[in-house]
Amino acid sequence: MKKVAVVGYAQHKILPNAGALNEVELIMPVVHKVFNDLGISQDDIGFTCSGSCDYLQGAAFAFVEGLSAIQTSPPIKESHVEMDAAWALYESMLKIKMGDADTALIYGFGKSSPGNLDSIISLQMDPYYISPLWPDRVSLAALQAQILLQQKIITHDEMMATVIEARNNAANNPNALLTDHVSEDLYQADSLISSPLRGFDCPPISDGASAMVIASEDKAFEFTDNPIWIEGIDHSIESSNLGSRDLATSPTIQNAITNLNLKNINFDVAELHTQFSHEVPFLRKLLNLTNVPTNLSGGPLVGNVMMCAGLDAIGKTFQSLVRDQSDHGIAHASSGPCLQHNMVVHLERHK
Amino acid sequence: MIQAGVIGVGQTNYDSKRRDVSMAGLVREAIDKAMLAADIEWDAVDAVVLGKAPDMFEGVIMPELYLADAIGAVGKPVLRVHTAGSVGGSTAVIAASHVCSGQFKTVLTVTFEKQSESNATWALSPRYPYSPHINAGAGGYFAPFIREYIRRYEPPEHIGWKVAAKDRQNALKNPLAHLQIPGIDEKMVSETPMLWEPLRYLESCPSSDGACAMVITSEDRVGSRNVAWIRGMAVRSEGTLSAGRDEVNPQGGIDCAKDIYQQAGIHNPRTEIDCAEIYVPFSWYEPMWLENLGFCDLGQGWKLTDEGVTALDGSLPVNMSGGVLSSNPIGASGMIRRSSTSGNGLGRRSSGGRCKNIYGPCLRWCSAIFCNVDCFLFQRLIGDINEHRSCNCRREGPHNGHYLKQTRKKKCFEPRNACNYL
Amino acid sequence: MSDDQAPKDYKESFIHLEYQYTAGSATTTFLNQVKEGRLVGQSCPKCKAVYVPPRGSCPRCGIATSIEVPLTDKGCVESFTVVHIPIPGNPIVPPYVCAMIRLDEADISFLHLVQDIEIDQIRIGMRVQAVWKPKDEWTHSLENIKWFAPIDEPDVDVSTLRFKPS
Repeated sequence: MKKVAVVGYAQHKILPNAGALNEVELIMPVVHKVFNDLGISQDDIGFTCSGSCDYLQGAAFAFVEGLSAIQTSPPIKESHVEMDAAWALYESMLKIKMGDADTALIYGFGKSSPGNLDSIISLQMDPYYISPLWPDRVSLAALQAQILLQQKIITHDEMMATVIEARNNAANNPNALLTDHVSEDLYQADSLISSPLRGFDCPPISDGASAMVIASEDKAFEFTDNPIWIEGIDHSIESSNLGSRDLATSPTIQNAITNLNLKNINFDVAELHTQFSHEVPFLRKLLNLTNVPTNLSGGPLVGNVMMCAGLDAIGKTFQSLVRDQSDHGIAHASSGPCLQHNMVVHLERHK
Repeated sequence: MIQAGVIGVGQTNYDSKRRDVSMAGLVREAIDKAMLAADIEWDAVDAVVLGKAPDMFEGVIMPELYLADAIGAVGKPVLRVHTAGSVGGSTAVIAASHVCSGQFKTVLTVTFEKQSESNATWALSPRYPYSPHINAGAGGYFAPFIREYIRRYEPPEHIGWKVAAKDRQNALKNPLAHLQIPGIDEKMVSETPMLWEPLRYLESCPSSDGACAMVITSEDRVGSRNVAWIRGMAVRSEGTLSAGRDEVNPQGGIDCAKDIYQQAGIHNPRTEIDCAEIYVPFSWYEPMWLENLGFCDLGQGWKLTDEGVTALDGSLPVNMSGGVLSSNPIGASGMIRRSSTSGNGLGRRSSGGRCKNIYGPCLRWCSAIFCNVDCFLFQRLIGDINEHRSCNCRREGPHNGHYLKQTRKKKCFEPRNACNYL
Repeated sequence: MSDDQAPKDYKESFIHLEYQYTAGSATTTFLNQVKEGRLVGQSCPKCKAVYVPPRGSCPRCGIATSIEVPLTDKGCVESFTVVHIPIPGNPIVPPYVCAMIRLDEADISFLHLVQDIEIDQIRIGMRVQAVWKPKDEWTHSLENIKWFAPIDEPDVDVSTLRFKPS
């Protein structure tokens, strides 16, 4: 089976409200940036795959509009997942492994500002029993936070420390949306949205887009001296029925640890698609990352582009390994309420 | 590349309103049939690929989350595909890619649409400010391209009626088909009201609830099962509003067809391919796609239709299942074309009784709006047909509907939690 | 028994979502001109294709359409259909003509209405011109054009209209 490497990544500056910019105007600059960085064009791309959600824009086939940002003459091999673009990366990787392409362009985009994200995300739930109750995304996350706190798997202090650290780390990330520091006093004074989650524990409404290029082992070195190999990638989903899940653990993360043989790897860096502060200490413990620098970009707490933040975690890990010339990185992408669907990616720089 | 084959397909019956089942129940109905046909248990399924058209058609965002239990994905990788109108086909291609990549051995894939639970017209026509309200539905959008085809090649007007009647006559032989119109013929079609000139009422597809599932597996897992090998697959996309795009004969479709013929070693599709399921949502798209797929030269497609070549007893039967004109659960339609093809090959025997390759290309509609095409090519060795017939009459007819008549096995396929939904 | 007489075996659960729609900067520029009664397309700096209404990109080349191209309000019918059924949410009374209008110098067409002619007289290639609403009704919308009406000019062979990149 062919090995696959990440060779380039670009991120749009995360905006609270992209205003007049439509999806084409968000996507095109990042696609051009990643192409320019590598000195390539769409002609060098064998497969193109994107991730987005029609409902964010309030238009069926919003991604078809987005495709106008890409060169499609002659017709291209292209596909789309209604998921975070991390899964578009997954699909692209399969295409390379099967030999259908040597290179792939992946992009994700999302504008949460036009609609009401709380209402929109409620429609992810069981349409007969749960959705009519309009449970909002913060309340659903709070259910898991409460369980983790009560079972002493995490503490309030860890949540606070996560928020403070995320804001500090935002200084490393030129595209971060929230860069103001948060003090302990400020955090404590913040009002609760859904107990135990305060405003600071939640991600900001964000608009943006990102693009990535991956390549097979035959092609990777043509594009860069620093390919970062996808050493392992695994994802799986849990039940939709919150009542039947044990929210104090994550069987899907456990699956990934086993399937990717992660136990004995010393990671240098981790980027987790953790939208709420309690998810950071929770996943760090599960993944044995307590001593690993995590979310040096600030993570979703300082900028959370829906349908893109998972791809961003992989992209930021890629950038860290290239920049620091370190060896092992771990990235995580997630989907669904209370971390229902998780993907774990092991990235490696070969010496 | 690792060889992948389809070992089981399952389709629900199609209807305008399947109020007897929830969304989960609908997809599960197709999955149970597919797994029964494939003769596999849940532990053999390594990954699940779900496809459907816009979430707004049912009002459930990213339905793989809600459906995780019903589609047996809990604890497994699941991917949700949405490539607009072509999604049923793309989903099958991506499911096959899971196997061909070597990452997975056996993949379950399912597509569905339950349009009765929402309002597709609403979903498709959000009121954008600033735009004139000239939206005239899908037919209004596609009729001008059909008119341009007619301008170019001057076919007689009965060609559209002929396709519509032929597909509905085939549907009468398919117990799963949504539209069952006794006595349907060209005259009946021609007497129905004009909707979007030149399209009459019976020249248009219905809106259906339904689901379709397939089990795709790698060569080493096939064993003694019946298999339809996937000999070629391709996808192509073009920007919808690209200058120079020819909606009558899109380059994406031409490229896709060439690609799969090359993969499968086909030099003359007209003679080497035995049957086809093609996405024909409006009658005239049959001749248009016959040309686009390279079955004949430009301007000759309507002649094939007129001469009866595409009829059930013709030399290239098209849409033996009744096609999209008879059943159209949008998100599943492309996959139904695939599963119908992989199943249909069974009833046909080549001259001389030699093993012959049976191919079925499935062109997912290369629509002007959705601009995404994909093709799939099946090959089946029919030497095993006798053995096949003796095995519990699983696929004795040309249509997958015969699964319905089989007594359900006692074994339960449900993973944990799924019983909540059934 | 019709649907509304049958006992209801389902419950309707309404979804109401509101969005702030943004047209995008290219479309905004276009609509600002439309408000003044002008049609201004944008062309691709690479293949020179002219898009109207512009959406900010050339999907052939995958680049931004930065060059503004003023267009006339004359063009031809590239193709058309006569709509005979009422469309939900569409106030126009059938039958009416929905046509792909290709403005002169433009390389894509857009859908609009054709009126002021007997329906059976409409044909592909026919020359048409915009019929504008009174100036005081102009807004940021292509609805400023009531419809397109035929003009006394010879028909166009639409096969010559297909875009060829320069």
